[in-house]
Amino acid sequence: MAQEAVSAGDAQQAGWETIVTDWSSDKQTFRVPWGKAMMWIFLLSDTFIFTCFLTGYMNVRMSTTVPWPNPSEVFGLDVFGVSVPLLLIGIMTFDLITSSGTMALAVNFGYRRDRGRTAALMFLTAGFGALFVGMQAFEWTELILKWGIRPWGNPLGASQFGACFFMITGFHGLHVSAGVVYLSIVAMKVLRGDYEKKGYEIVEIAGLYWHFVDLVWVFIFAVFYLW
Amino acid sequence: MAAEGQQHPLKIYFVIWGLLFVFSAASYFTDFLPHNAFRQGLILLFMILKAGFIVAIFMHMAWERRALIYAILGPPIVLLVLIGLMAVEGDYTELKRLDFFSKPIVPTRQDAGHEAEAAH
Repeated sequence: MAQEAVSAGDAQQAGWETIVTDWSSDKQTFRVPWGKAMMWIFLLSDTFIFTCFLTGYMNVRMSTTVPWPNPSEVFGLDVFGVSVPLLLIGIMTFDLITSSGTMALAVNFGYRRDRGRTAALMFLTAGFGALFVGMQAFEWTELILKWGIRPWGNPLGASQFGACFFMITGFHGLHVSAGVVYLSIVAMKVLRGDYEKKGYEIVEIAGLYWHFVDLVWVFIFAVFYLW
Repeated sequence: MAAEGQQHPLKIYFVIWGLLFVFSAASYFTDFLPHNAFRQGLILLFMILKAGFIVAIFMHMAWERRALIYAILGPPIVLLVLIGLMAVEGDYTELKRLDFFSKPIVPTRQDAGHEAEAAH
């Protein structure tokens, strides 16, 4: 159905005309596999959820009259006795960027029907994801035990800091964890040859989800950790 | 093209991957700058560049049909309105709080007068 013949007049159309044709004709609108369209719509709804969290954070940070705790100090790491600001978060950022790259390669090898490499790259991606969640667990432990951050208050400054932190990074960590499970399941099915007939769009769809998780982290890193 | 799947040369993924590493490193090093508008501008610049490359290349949005691109990337524009409104609201709330907290806790003669009136 997705392969439905493109009408002959379509070739002459450009720009806005293609949008009008696609939306107004009595057939499917998105000429992509339905799973891909649905994943995009799910990601759109997720965008709204994360934006609401980040906007709420912006609002409480702007309106508090108490100084905001300094993220580069709180999330620093001691390396051989030298305190490097924000190091842990930097490592987590590079970890996710790396996993995004391996995922993009997995999608490519999927369409080449190279099952071994596709599955291996997906497992590698899931591994980087698991590593990220592990580092997040360490980060939360440090914040709770070493710095005494609680959702209702902390000794460093504005009490809204903890609520924002646990809500935003917790929800993101949940997405990463779900992604690790999702990627592992799809990778196993790829390895087993379940998609030989259906085609390998599923790898791209799983990839969309994974890239989105990385995308959300880009925004969290910029506005929560660096600001 | 979308029907056969998104198949692009590997080179573009490696180039974008490299760029994302460079931008990540650059945004990490903004943390060593003093807190001012310049730093915030850089943070936003690298954020938008990274987000743009991920969506356009890694998520293949650059090669999708416009019907899908506009359906997905259009709605988030309303979120900018929400962000704008909440920024104004946050500013207002802060001013109100500063005003309230700057007032003396001990009631002034005027306030006491009002209380006395209310007691009657």
